[in-house]
Amino acid sequence: MLGRLPIAKMLLATLALTALISAVMLPINWNGQGASTAAPKIDTLLDVMIVLSAFVFALVMVMLFYALWKFKAKPGDESDGEPIHGNTKLEIAWTVIPTIIVLFGAGYSWAVLDDIEDPAPNPITVDVFSQQFAWSFGYPGKGMAYSEGELHVPLGRQVHFKMHALDVIHSFWVPEWRIKKDNVPGITTTAIVTPDKPGAYQLICTELCGFGHASMRAKVVVEPPAEFRKWVAGLEREIPDPYLEVIRRDTEADPFPVGAGGA
Amino acid sequence: MTAAIKQPGWIRGALGALLGAAFGVALVVVLREISGLPIWQTEQTGYPHVVVPLVTGPLGFLAGFGCFDYWLRWAAGMPTIPEDHSQHGAKSRRDYFRFNTDHKVIGIQYIVTTFFFFFLGGLLAMLMRAELAQPGAGIVDASTFNGLFSTHAVLMIFVFVIPVFAGIANYVLPLMIGAPDMAFPRLNALSFWMLPLAGLLFIGSFLAPGGAFDAGWTGYAPLATGAPLGQSFFNLGVQFAGASSIATALNFLVTIITMRAPGMTFWRMPLLVWANLSTSLLVVAATPFIAGAQFMILFDRVLGTQFFQFAGGGDVISYQHIFWFYSHPAVYIMMLPGFGIISEVISTHARKPIFGYRLMALALIGIVVLSYSVWAHHMFVAGMFSWLRVPMMITTLLIAVPTGIKIFSWLGTLFFGKIHTYSTAMLFSLAFIVTFTIGGISGVMLGMVPIDIHVSDTYFIVAHIHFVLFGGSVFTIFAGIYHWFPKMTGRMYDEKLGRVHFWGTVVGTWGTFIPMHWVGMDGMPRRVSDYATQFGDWNLLISVFAFMLGAAQLIFLYNMVVSWRYGPRAEGNPWRAKTIEWQVSSPPPIFNFDEIPRVVGGPYEFGVPGARHAIMGDEGAEVEKPEPAVAGST
Repeated sequence: MLGRLPIAKMLLATLALTALISAVMLPINWNGQGASTAAPKIDTLLDVMIVLSAFVFALVMVMLFYALWKFKAKPGDESDGEPIHGNTKLEIAWTVIPTIIVLFGAGYSWAVLDDIEDPAPNPITVDVFSQQFAWSFGYPGKGMAYSEGELHVPLGRQVHFKMHALDVIHSFWVPEWRIKKDNVPGITTTAIVTPDKPGAYQLICTELCGFGHASMRAKVVVEPPAEFRKWVAGLEREIPDPYLEVIRRDTEADPFPVGAGGA
Repeated sequence: MTAAIKQPGWIRGALGALLGAAFGVALVVVLREISGLPIWQTEQTGYPHVVVPLVTGPLGFLAGFGCFDYWLRWAAGMPTIPEDHSQHGAKSRRDYFRFNTDHKVIGIQYIVTTFFFFFLGGLLAMLMRAELAQPGAGIVDASTFNGLFSTHAVLMIFVFVIPVFAGIANYVLPLMIGAPDMAFPRLNALSFWMLPLAGLLFIGSFLAPGGAFDAGWTGYAPLATGAPLGQSFFNLGVQFAGASSIATALNFLVTIITMRAPGMTFWRMPLLVWANLSTSLLVVAATPFIAGAQFMILFDRVLGTQFFQFAGGGDVISYQHIFWFYSHPAVYIMMLPGFGIISEVISTHARKPIFGYRLMALALIGIVVLSYSVWAHHMFVAGMFSWLRVPMMITTLLIAVPTGIKIFSWLGTLFFGKIHTYSTAMLFSLAFIVTFTIGGISGVMLGMVPIDIHVSDTYFIVAHIHFVLFGGSVFTIFAGIYHWFPKMTGRMYDEKLGRVHFWGTVVGTWGTFIPMHWVGMDGMPRRVSDYATQFGDWNLLISVFAFMLGAAQLIFLYNMVVSWRYGPRAEGNPWRAKTIEWQVSSPPPIFNFDEIPRVVGGPYEFGVPGARHAIMGDEGAEVEKPEPAVAGST
């Protein structure tokens, strides 16, 4: 049965189509600009997946359109096709090969996950407070400096965000950092980011939190450490007492969000 | 008038609804009086005077309508009314609006009702796309917009995709296995009549003070526990839809296991039957979890329990675990019956046996088992215990394997066949393979934790779920409706209009949902009525294609309505298929078979010389019943 098919030509067509799709898709920067050490790792994972997906998609397309071209019934032909019920070797192949591909994807993703959440020495901890529909931030140090609607972080140093939701669930997302984490009432969640490009970005709430959800944004500024220290020193407000109460009240869910890093 | 009140039907049903609602209000008043609370509402939230009647009113309607008559008489020790088959089969169009126990009538009741909700849900989507065509405030305010997408999703999931498959299977499955009806015809009728009640509750929430439920179809706590009254309509609607779903699934399980015609072993069942067996296994075990989750939310809202209130010792994230423990299997509840439909259509129109039939059936069972172990992939960024992410990622990716087996087996079925593409059903099946492959690929990407962290809760998710639920499930639904339209109505539909609908739908689907992947990855969150101006052009393009997609569905509606009425008469077996439902007249006789068929071979023995699937009871007589007696025949 397989001997009657132009297997080599079909494989060649699949590879050619894979190359074509990859050539079109890889140059595009799908996730937008990256501004953290995690971003290139996630983007590379995405690129590898694009190539593998292109192969699977190309294979399906080549099989489908070859079959449609070759085995389309002539008008008026009322006969049946060949009574082929299956082919055990082929069925084993398309069970085992996809299993290997997805397990490779899982292993690679796991490695990337461990990598991007690996705690670095000497991180800075920033508290994030979210409520309908605003963000505010508390900075370390004796002064417990506090800012509303604008987050500053130092360039090139790992930041541990400790997130506290004051009413409903919100979610912390800076697309350029590729990092997202829900803020959940009652628990403190953690996100780990190492910003590596200075500039101004947007913090977006990505968990539906009510009528103001779409406009729940904050400005994010990544700047050299000296400027960051100056900015924090210039903050006049302190973390309000009710917020400190929230920090004390919440149970810490995940000091280090990945198993390997917690050790 | 007294006769009308005594007879089960709409008048007694309306009366029952009123009495039920009145009983509910009275119950609340009395209980509040006893507990020393003010008789009328003083609390900020809860609204027990509305919520309790929302349960008792619909139950009163069902009782009045006649859904419980037989059982109540029997339970009360009264003589039951002898079965005279007066509630079985449709002699005129009016019989479709009654309590009817014929699986063919119930199937059509299901399909028509669910398509009503499909068009309503589609209309809400059109409003959303109109709002999103331009950045900035548009035609609706942010609260209304939240209500629109919540109701859109809930209508499409709970009263369209899940039940329309139950409707198609209701009609086709007993015929396919050579059974005269479902195992429990009265339960079957009750299952159907709970469904419009669920839909009415969802839509009715628009009339509630504070507007429709707007916490998304996921209804996460604590947003849902603190939401206005409309949220309770959602909590209760899910109960009716869920009960309907569970009862139907039990019915399918018993029917498939006990009522197969002699000779139909499990390995001779058509794959649609396998698909519904698998789906029913998912429904009976998973649906109680969403029912429970919504009851807990309702109790938090009305009774002051603290299941998901962290301040009262509750746990916020546990809602998501319970919800997704149903709602991920639900994705397969919405997909497996479609897999069954595609297998039937492709085998018939490629004139070939299904390639790897046994592995196809085993893949379904593999999906059922795996689907219970992947729920937390919806929660990679939710702040749950982090160790769960990697195992859930591995199972999530592994579930792509049985799904891939099905894709490759359909392709294998096409090889060395005689592929006919004149039927719109076949076109949708072929397009399904393409769109579903893309939806599957984006699903694998979402399963990978690092990628999911970035794209979770963005338009990438919207793109993915519409590729699998619209490009996947809905394409299979169209394939199924076109394929069995001649069987159900006794008429042929218009293939030319079918093709227009097909191309409009395919181009509309791709144009609408492909760009959404990109805007999501590039930074546009989901569930927003307003967005950054940089996404304006893309969203305008998406909206244009969405309107085209919507318009194409009107062609489908026109084709179905007009063909049902005026289409040319259908033969018993217009597609020259092998399975049993095609060996009877179109539409089938009122009791399906004069004599139960004997199954002597596999269901897809195309091209095998002398092979038979079933020997019909009237074999040799070769007389087709000329005059179909179902509505639409004249």
